[in-house]
Amino acid sequence: MRVTVRLFARLRDIAGASELSRDTAPGATIGEIWRDLAREFPELAGYERSISTAVNADYARMDRVVAEGDEVAFLPPVSGG
Amino acid sequence: MTPLFAIGPAPLEVDRIAAALAGAGPSAAADGAVVTFLGLVRNHNMGRRVRYLEYEAYEPLALKAFERIAREVEARWPDARLALHHRVGRLEIGEASVAIVVRSPHRGNAYAACRYAIERVKQVAPVWKREFFEGGDVWIEGATANPDDERARAEAERLACA
Repeated sequence: MRVTVRLFARLRDIAGASELSRDTAPGATIGEIWRDLAREFPELAGYERSISTAVNADYARMDRVVAEGDEVAFLPPVSGG
Repeated sequence: MTPLFAIGPAPLEVDRIAAALAGAGPSAAADGAVVTFLGLVRNHNMGRRVRYLEYEAYEPLALKAFERIAREVEARWPDARLALHHRVGRLEIGEASVAIVVRSPHRGNAYAACRYAIERVKQVAPVWKREFFEGGDVWIEGATANPDDERARAEAERLACA
């Protein structure tokens, strides 16, 4: 099944793309998608403990199971204001 | 019509935001205080001479975060109402990156709710700034955003009520 991955700020710079389309097994969690990405882009691995994650523009935890067509976002520590 | 909550590249027009808030409630005539906070791009940070900032956001989630902050404000200060706009894109020194307007019958709650709102923006809004300074550039990374982190929320409330 296919999901859209969104990356922001330095995560986007590391991956060289703000949006990626990825195949994943049915029942995959956000955490599994993240670990696949971190294998693909090893510099991401250092962010494992500090990222926030969202599904379809709502904050979600790493153990959340994703569905076909979901938009999964990985957010480095924020700095608005 | 200016919305109460917004994020985008347009310069912030605080008078319009304040007017939208005044027109949004059932009881503007009962309000005795308006507190406005503008966050500005300053020319120095951590010993660096800042040239300009670039902001980006996960806009749909940022809007939801602003609405959540407004609900938290209304739960804590039931007579206060707020509007919150954030800018994205390149901002020059002195430009406003965020505008928060709070109305309340009394100044105490308006000040506290406004301070709370900016602290929560910094904790939970999916917005990032990239600082371009003399000699390089760097993404600024602050808090790990977790709206359900009650300790962080309580810290924002402590600062607001200090």
